[in-house]
Amino acid sequence: MWKTVYNWLDERIGLNDLYTNILDRPEPKTSWWNTLGSASMFLFIFQGLTGIFLTVYYTPSPDHAYDSINYIMEGVAFGWLIRGIHHWGATLMVILVFIHMLRVFYTASFKYPRELTWLIGIGLFLTTLGMGFTGYLLPWNQKSFWATTVGTQIAGTVPFLGEFILKALRGGPDLSALTLQRFFSAHIWIIPAILAALIGIHLFLIIKHGESHWPQKED
Amino acid sequence: MSDSHELSRRDFIKVTTGIVGGLIGTIIGLPSIFYLIDPALQEGGKEAWIPIGKFEDMQVGIPYPFSFTRVQVNGWERTASSFGGYAIRKSDSPDELLILNSRCTHLACTVNWSDEAKAYLCPCHDAKFGMEGEVLDGPPPRALDIYEEHRIAEDGTIEIFFKEA
Repeated sequence: MWKTVYNWLDERIGLNDLYTNILDRPEPKTSWWNTLGSASMFLFIFQGLTGIFLTVYYTPSPDHAYDSINYIMEGVAFGWLIRGIHHWGATLMVILVFIHMLRVFYTASFKYPRELTWLIGIGLFLTTLGMGFTGYLLPWNQKSFWATTVGTQIAGTVPFLGEFILKALRGGPDLSALTLQRFFSAHIWIIPAILAALIGIHLFLIIKHGESHWPQKED
Repeated sequence: MSDSHELSRRDFIKVTTGIVGGLIGTIIGLPSIFYLIDPALQEGGKEAWIPIGKFEDMQVGIPYPFSFTRVQVNGWERTASSFGGYAIRKSDSPDELLILNSRCTHLACTVNWSDEAKAYLCPCHDAKFGMEGEVLDGPPPRALDIYEEHRIAEDGTIEIFFKEA
């Protein structure tokens, strides 16, 4: 029964080919350091899932944001677990993506023909930081409020364009309901969309070129 | 793979990945289900005696309207819900009061007593109920609900027993 279903699907989408090319592709002799990219992607997926679950209760409004998160932590079954995973997963993701980047740098894996993979990787690092920055405001507590005040103020020191950037980030001259709403929108729609697209290209390039082998003495 | 000696590295990795993945999936997946359905599992059902009016003010043959508001805590917010109904006095005995819930049995709009029509009319789908709640016309599946329990206080106030859903 399952075999019939599997064969039917395989003939139409080529499951076997997908499996061989994505999960069973030849690898050079590598180490645990080569698993950081997969780990980052795994975290991205988990952040996505727990994030979706959080939006079931979270409300991005100055009146309700703090209370709704309090409710998630204390009122909802396993809310502490879902938010805990999202909270610590975020920190871990920034760390992992950064170490992954260092690994690629030290093993010179960014060289031909993988320059584009590296450039997109930089985009992935920046969007990951963007996720951290926008997500930090959402609990709307003292720490997040003032961290965002400072963060956007720093962006405002850009010569000439500073004031425009500050207003664009905050949705006005000061932190307000607009700031919270646009950070929320950026956090759950705009940046994840960019992130997912970049991950797609990044993965495609990795599968296309295969992993780089570790540099030898003569390299 | 019939003999454990023949378990290859690849199969070992596959099996391990499967087990670890399954474990993580279960540990996160099961709580997630509870997380999502939690509000449906909350115990509600607070009980109270609600005063609806003095017995002496209720006249035989004229439905006596009453309404009250209950505040419920939903999540992090307090929500006020309105309820209402009609008390129908039949005799001098408070025991024979019939207390109707004005929530239409069709789709829960609020019905209103109309003196001209001598009926409770529902503004939503033209349901029509007789004085004692029986269906006269329209789509309702059954007569108006009744507040089953009531009592009279010492000062003549009628109180109904109310249990939150």
